Amino acid sequence: MTVTVARVLDCKRLSCPLPIVKTAQALRTLAAGDLIEVLATDPGSVKDFAAWSKVTGNELVGTSQADGVFRFVLKKKG
Amino acid sequence: MPARVVILGGGVGGTLAANLLKKELGGEANVTVVDSTGMHIYQPGFLYVALDQANALWLARDERTLLRKGVELVVEQATRIDPSRQTVELAQGGTLAYDYLVLATGSRLDRGAVAGYGDTHDFYSFEGALRLREELRRFKGGRILVGVAGIPYKCPPAPVEFVLMLEEYLRKRGIREKSSVTLLSPLNRAFTIESASKLVQPIFDKQGVGLTTFFNVESVDTAKHTVSSLEGETAEYDLLVLVPPHRGAAVIEASGLGDAGGWVPTDRDTLQHKSFERILAIGDATDLPISKSGSTAHFEAPVVASRIASFVRGTAPKTAYGGRVMCFLETGGGRATSLRFDYTHPPVPPKPSRLWHWAKWIFNRAYWVTIPQGRVG
Amino acid sequence: MTLTETEVTRTIDARGMACPGPLLALIGAIRQGQTGDTIAVLSSDAGSKSDIPAWCAKAKHEIVEVVEVSGHARFVVRKTH
Repeated sequence: MTVTVARVLDCKRLSCPLPIVKTAQALRTLAAGDLIEVLATDPGSVKDFAAWSKVTGNELVGTSQADGVFRFVLKKKG
Repeated sequence: MPARVVILGGGVGGTLAANLLKKELGGEANVTVVDSTGMHIYQPGFLYVALDQANALWLARDERTLLRKGVELVVEQATRIDPSRQTVELAQGGTLAYDYLVLATGSRLDRGAVAGYGDTHDFYSFEGALRLREELRRFKGGRILVGVAGIPYKCPPAPVEFVLMLEEYLRKRGIREKSSVTLLSPLNRAFTIESASKLVQPIFDKQGVGLTTFFNVESVDTAKHTVSSLEGETAEYDLLVLVPPHRGAAVIEASGLGDAGGWVPTDRDTLQHKSFERILAIGDATDLPISKSGSTAHFEAPVVASRIASFVRGTAPKTAYGGRVMCFLETGGGRATSLRFDYTHPPVPPKPSRLWHWAKWIFNRAYWVTIPQGRVG
Repeated sequence: MTLTETEVTRTIDARGMACPGPLLALIGAIRQGQTGDTIAVLSSDAGSKSDIPAWCAKAKHEIVEVVEVSGHARFVVRKTH
């Protein structure tokens, strides 16, 4: 399924909590309902994004993984 | 042909040195900062995040936004320095050549150096501060020990600040009666600077914060909840917070440019590597027995920048690092003191006051738009 | 006046360095070093004359010598274990 994302954020080789911090900061610049795609290599990011999504209400629309890179698509709440 | 200046590390020292060099030399030099994450972290904020006094998002910014136009940023891990060929190898395969190299690579934490460390808490890392914040939110009362597990460590005031602010935190949470807070000091007093230690000891006494002296943490037993010192003592805890051992950056060690701890042998006045005159060092990365603090890097950076500018122009360098450091020390209850000193002037800290607490508050808030850019001397 | 300085494994010049101070620099060097190493610390801090021997006694490391010259003192400590 292809989705149109407002922003792609490269968080490869960043470890916890930088992928979440960068994502939270980026979301501030987007509009409610916008999608953001985050690429990360930190294996802990799977749990981190799931938890953060629940706590903040920014829906985790999709998670996938290929060649050691995790791809998260989140939707800004509101 | 512009001189090539490469700066490893985009923390406060590297960022400030890069900006000052570009401002001074303009087109006379190509200035490149190499940083492994491209994110500049305000480390003094970890303490506040751990104690639920600040939002984590405040602590990090894109390094690119802090660098002058014209300073190149390479977001990569530097893996090896070859001083004879004057090159720096990068993890993804590239190589940078330099005429002058600045090592502003900071320090890294080495929890594995402490036997039994396990999942012991710290507020010396971003993830450590967040994890500790969650632990403290769940904490219902008990015996808290705060100790130091290796020397050198950055920010000598931080453990003292932490225990005093933690004591206040416990009171606000209504669990102070059920808790005790004790600082395990590596020294025979609360703080490194004797005059400042004399100012905080009465506060420890008044707030009921314990002090155990000459306790250099050697090992932990997370199952038994005990921590042991190399002086041969053992203490029990419900919650343990440690300053983890520090060592120099991996690239320094991999290149054979550091001592046993990975620290760069550095001249105390010229900030040059003792063996390589085209390599200078700033901040935590040096082996100088001075404070590892942002303030030290802040005052060293202009000296490094002006000395390299002199080298590039072929003139005699006129500046030297005089050991200047300026730190705040929070003492709880909305008060703080200030520690200012250099190689020839010992510190004379003023009585803790609200003035210095607000000065630190303002410094914290203004950091992002003043310090890395060199707008405050 | 010249004195033959005792040869040491490592020298730390902490003169004029108020923080973290000569004692912490010594403790760090002892922690990092090998048993049998001798560490010399140069200190201009008056407190070192009592601080350094106090820690060495507690941690059981040997003070080999203390030499005072104008403006500073040189403490030589052996890591005994």
